[in-house]
This record gives sequence, structure tokens and C-alpha cells, in this order.
Amino acid sequence: MNPAMSGPRRWLFWAGVAILILWVLLPIWLVAMGAFGGRPAVFQWPKSLLPGSLSLSHMAAFMNVEGVANAFLNSLIAAAVTVVLSVALGAPAGYALARYAFRGADAFKLLVLLTRAFPLAILALPLAVAFIRVGLYDSPFGVALMHTVLALPFAVLVTQSLFMGIPRELEEAAWVFGCSPIQAFFKVVMPLAVPGLTATAIFAFVISWNEVFAASVLTVRERTLTAYLLGVLSESPLHTRFAGGLVLILPSVLFVFAVRKWLFTVWGISGK
Amino acid sequence: MTQKAWIPYVLVAPAVIFLGVLFILPLVQTLAMSVSDENGLSLANYTRMLGDLNFADALRNTFLLTLVAVPAQIVLALVMATMIAKIGRGRDLVLWVWVIPLAISDLAAGLAWLSILQSNGYLNSALHGLGLLDGPTPWLTQETPLALFVGIALAEIWRATAIVLVILVAGMQLIPKEYAEAAEVFGASPWQRFTRVTLPLLKPSIQSALILRTVLAFEVFAVVYALGGRNFPVLVGEAYVWQGENQNTGVAAAYAALIMLISMIATAVYIRVLRTPREQMA
Repeated sequence: MNPAMSGPRRWLFWAGVAILILWVLLPIWLVAMGAFGGRPAVFQWPKSLLPGSLSLSHMAAFMNVEGVANAFLNSLIAAAVTVVLSVALGAPAGYALARYAFRGADAFKLLVLLTRAFPLAILALPLAVAFIRVGLYDSPFGVALMHTVLALPFAVLVTQSLFMGIPRELEEAAWVFGCSPIQAFFKVVMPLAVPGLTATAIFAFVISWNEVFAASVLTVRERTLTAYLLGVLSESPLHTRFAGGLVLILPSVLFVFAVRKWLFTVWGISGK
Repeated sequence: MTQKAWIPYVLVAPAVIFLGVLFILPLVQTLAMSVSDENGLSLANYTRMLGDLNFADALRNTFLLTLVAVPAQIVLALVMATMIAKIGRGRDLVLWVWVIPLAISDLAAGLAWLSILQSNGYLNSALHGLGLLDGPTPWLTQETPLALFVGIALAEIWRATAIVLVILVAGMQLIPKEYAEAAEVFGASPWQRFTRVTLPLLKPSIQSALILRTVLAFEVFAVVYALGGRNFPVLVGEAYVWQGENQNTGVAAAYAALIMLISMIATAVYIRVLRTPREQMA
């Protein structure tokens, strides 16, 4: 705490901090009450800030609504494939940018940065046509391809700076001791890169898990959870919508909590 | 190393091919789809888009929402980042809580605010408790356009301030403390230190936050649908309706092309207006 701040100013400062904490947490708390309270809680009037009767049965009922479990599974598949693809395609490119000076490196970075200027999810419109032709329409794998477009630029930029932070002398020392470049990479560089790669993977997961528009355009029956919820918005009761909202919120919040240490490295880099 | 000059190309190639097929190609296809009909080249899609009942509303709503929500996100994030810089103990906990919405999808954010703003929701209950309201009152309808707009804007600000905060905090960490200290020695007030030292040095971070948020704001869709359904037309929502319900990919592509054009212009403007001369780089 800044020592210059004292008395009423200090009090005001912490009141501000508290209000902003409440501003962030309150909507999550309230949607959770709607989700666990079921129909009676949603129609209670006037509402109280504390739960009346909460029970897990309402959440269980939500998971049993037709289509929800399948959508949940599809979301997991799409997100998992997005993770694998964006790390598998992004990390080698990031490594190349970090370690080699090559003609075309700038053009490649420009291509990656160019994705920033476009609302990428919109590209799902022409992709829907193409996916119908190649049989990827209405499948979590097709959705994952689209989501990888969203996550890949991010993966390239983050892994580039990640590998730049690992001294190349370590690799060269391994070469001197008789490792091939590939062995050196997997024995020396990889172990150091794992935490950063994990963070990259988790962000790719969250990007896919949260995406609504492309997933809705690219599926009809094999919905992801977001696409399913969007599709039934107008006909599903409020408590179902709140349960869906909470199911969407929980995993990504937990995941981001798990990588909170990396948040600023990751976004600090890709924010540039 | 000369004989291994091919290595970086092999490493980059998969990503290039992927982006070529799934980014550049669809981009070109969107434009091509928007300017063609069954008979070949035509502007029919654009004429239909411009003649669409919802078009003017969607365009206006999207711009209004962007013009209100994005500056609010930047200001709120600047306030939060400045507060974070002053917190000693507990800094990490406060920061973690403040960035939670970063992980929340726009759809979920809309649903969370729906629990507050629905007619017998928490806002109305609070107003009732204060004696300002007799019974449940709907706010998210076409008859209450201002309340609907404010609700959507609040949900957008709530959700997307977090990402701006992260970018700004990361940017602030790069500013040497000595600058502010030097300014203090020369008698600068806290406000002067903020506007003359912190803010100019933070310009690159603010620029990237603005680009990111503006492009995404023109894409706003799920928050709007979760709160107001079709009561508040936005551009991406119209593209979604034309693609899905109306089964007319051409008009949807025209909307998509328009959204891309707006995003590109916005990005170009930010890059020009907030350019940082090399000698000022922190």
C-alpha cells in the first residue's frame, strides 16, 4: 500500500476496490442461484440475495434435458481438437520465428497479425458451404477447424516469445554433447517450455469452449453447448438458460484460475 | 547453418497452409459470395441488405454499442489498472477476481445479466425493496429500447473490461518506475503523472486493446440475443438470420463483408492515430 495514502482516502480507495470486486462477482453469483434454484427461484418475487432452496437436482435436470449431454460432449471434442491443432501448428511456427532469421518471416508475422483486423467468426459463413461439400458440416471436428483459426495466431505469438525466453546456448550445448537438433529440442527445450505450452493450450480450450457464432453456423444437430443454448434461447425456460450459463462459465473460470500466473505473460505478449 | 535453410520453412509451412485454406480462402469467398447471384456478378445481395427492414437499425445499434461500450471498457480498465498498481498485499487476489470475466463467453455473460434484468429479476427486486417499483416490470423489450440498450451495454462492459485490464496491466509492468518517480521529484501531481507519464507510455497497449475490442465489438451477437432476442438487431445477428432462417447465404455474406470493412477501417484508423514514434518506445 502506498504510504502516502491515509485516512479517508485510503478508506475510499478500498471501498472502490470492494465495489469493483462485487461488480464482477455478483452476476456470477446470481446466475448460479438461478441455476441451482430451478423454476421456483426464477419466479420468486421479490427475490432475496441469499438462496431460498438450492439443490443439485435442478442442475442434474438440466444435464438430462434432451440434447444437452450431447452438446456438452461436442463442446469438449471441439475444444480438445482445437487445443491439439493450435499447439501442433502454432508451436513449430513460433519456434521458427524465435530461432531462425529467414526470408518471409516478416510476411508470416504479418499474416498472423492480419487475423486481428478481421472478425474471424464471420468466416464460418463460407466455410459452412465448403464443409457441406467435404463432409465436415455439422461435426465438432469442422467446428474445431474454425476455432483453430481463432486460436492459432495466439498460439504462434505466445510460443514465439516462449522459445525466445529459452536461451539457444542450452540447445547448442546439447548439440556439443552429441544430441541431434531434434533430440536437443525434446530433451532440453521442451521441458522448459511445458508450462507455457500448457497455458497456450488452456487458452485455446477456452477460446473454443466460449465461441458461439461459428459453432451455430456450422452445426444443426451436432450442436456444441453454446450453439445449443443459442438455438433454444427463445423456447427454453429461464432456469434452463441460467443453468446453461453457469455450465458455460464454470470450466473456463477454473481453467483460467489454473493458469493465472501465465495470464499476463500470455496476454501481455499477444497484446502487442 | 546454410544447408539447413529449409528448416524454418518446414516449421512454418503447416501454419501457413492452414491459415491459407481456412482464413484467406474463406475471406475471399465471403467477398465473392457477396457480389454474386445465380447469374454471376451482381450487387443484388447488397441491394437486398440495404433494403432489409432491420438493416438501418442493426447498423445504428452496432455502432452505438461500440461507441458506448469500448470507451467505457478502456476507462474502467485504466481505473482498475491504476488501482492495482497501488495495492500492495492482496494485489494478486484482487487482480484475479477482476479478470474472471475474461474466461466467460458472451453468451454466458448475457445469461448472467438476464438473471438480473429479467422482469422478476434482481434489479426489479432491489427497486421494489427501495419502494421504487410496484411489481415485476419488463426492461428487455422493444417498448423499452433505452433500458434494453443500457442492459446490453452493461453486460458487454462487464465481460470485456477484463481483457483490456490484462493488456493494460501487462503494459504498465513495462514502464520503468523511475519515470513516475522523476516526475514526482519535479513536483508533478498524481493526475499529471498519470496523464503526462503513464498514459503516453501506455499508448501501444491502449492501441492494441482498442483494436482488439473494437473488432470484437462489431462482432457483438450472443450477449444481445441472450438479453433481448431479436428486439435489438445487430449486424452479425442479421447475418445469422439470413444464413439460417432465410437460407440466403448471399445476403449473409454481404453483411459479413460490411462488418469486415468496418473492422478494417477501424483498425487502420487506430494504427494511424495512435502511432508511436520509434524513439518513444518504452
